[in-house]
Parts: sequence; structure tokens; C-alpha cells
Amino acid sequence: MAAKPKPRIKVPKEAKVGELVTIKTLISHEMESGQRKDKEGNLIPRKIINKFACDFNGAPVFSCDIDPAISANPYFEFSAKLTESGAFTFTWTDDDGSVYTDEQKITVS
Amino acid sequence: MKMNRRQVLGLTAGIALVSATGTRFAFADAPATEKMIMDFAGGKMPATGKITLTAPEIAENGNTVPISVAVESAMTDGDMVQSVLILAEGNPNPDVATFHFTALSGTAAATTRMRLAKTQNVIAIAKMADGSVFMDKKEVKVTIGGCGG
Repeated sequence: MAAKPKPRIKVPKEAKVGELVTIKTLISHEMESGQRKDKEGNLIPRKIINKFACDFNGAPVFSCDIDPAISANPYFEFSAKLTESGAFTFTWTDDDGSVYTDEQKITVS
Repeated sequence: MKMNRRQVLGLTAGIALVSATGTRFAFADAPATEKMIMDFAGGKMPATGKITLTAPEIAENGNTVPISVAVESAMTDGDMVQSVLILAEGNPNPDVATFHFTALSGTAAATTRMRLAKTQNVIAIAKMADGSVFMDKKEVKVTIGGCGG
């Protein structure tokens, strides 16, 4: 029923070596908790994004194991401290096995 | 004894909280949450300090409550935060999320939005690379619960 989850990332395009970079991430997803009931009183099964990970040039920066108590359209804000230019990759894993990704380049000087 | 408005509100909230924890079957309770804390901490109750949990005093909408954690740490060898566990004592399941940090994080800080079923304590526990564990706790009053019930 839901549209395909759409990621939205906010990362600066440039940063200085050693400077703290703030990264804001969002993905559209209902995050069905498994607590809700449908009109007939049956429990709607859980279906959430259960993991989020951010890597930079292949190395892990930040990740999150996600439980149903995280709100719909899961939002994560965190930081990175870089010494070289490259690309962030963002990965979201759904309970059903689907994996959604996004990428963002940054120039570090 | 003369009570000012703030004290009356505090007392009322305290009584409401105590009576709310009486309805156990639908929600996790404090002992279950305590066990999760001890398991994460490796069998000991965490100390206070180093970690700060920021959450609103009152959440208008329990479906989306912004929370932040920040842990004082250089995030270099010898002073590193491994993970931060977030728990909601009064939700049907206390688990909310576990953040994992690395030296590339720069700071052990993160923000997210969570669901709160009702007024309760939100708890954040930081596990450092050297095994030490720290905890912070904030009570969030919820006007409209966020578990879709």
C-alpha cells in the first residue's frame, strides 16, 4: 500500500579536515509497530526499518539498531569527522529484507 | 501545609505515575526495563554522568517525540563510546534503539524521534570501549499516546 521508501539526506558538500560535519537523514516509511489493530480487531503485523547504517569510503561512521518505538519516517541526526574527501553511503534495511540506499559525496580540504 | 501550584502539579503527576504503573499487563514495567539495562551494562547498574539525554518535558504527540543523546568522549583510542541504548520504561516493549559510534563519528551524539505510549521515563545508557557504563533518565509527560491503540 505504501509508496516506495524515499531517503532524504542533508550533508554539507564541503568540510575542513577534522571539522565536525552534521548529517541529517530521513526515509519515508510507515514503521508499522505491530501494536496497531485493523478495523476487525486483528493486529497489523510489524514491518519496520530495523537497521540504519552510514559508512564513509567504506568505513562505518554511525549505525542504529531500530525497534518499533522509533517513529514513522525514521529520522537520525549524527556527526562525522573526516580527514579526506569521499562519499557517504546510507543503508536502510526493512524487516522484509529490502535494502534502501543513498549516497552523498563530500570534499574535505 | 502551604503548597504552591508547582508542588501540587508535581504531586498530582507523581500520583498519576504511580497508579499508571499498576496496570502491568499491557506495558513493560520498571523491573523488566531494569533487567535490560543490567544486561546491556554487563551485569551492573550504570553510573550517572558523562551521558546526557535530552527529551521534552511534555510531548504533545506521543507518535513523534524528539530525543537526543550526547556522551562526553574524545572518541579516540582510550576514550571511545561503543553504543548507546535507548529504552522507554512504559512502552509495550522498552527497546527503542541502539546507536553505534566509531572514531569517524567525531562525537558520540545522535538525535532521533520516538514513540511514547504514555507518560514515562526514557532512559539512555552509554557503553564505553573500556566497559564502563553510564546512564541518564528523563521523564516525558505524554498528552496523546503514540502506540496506535
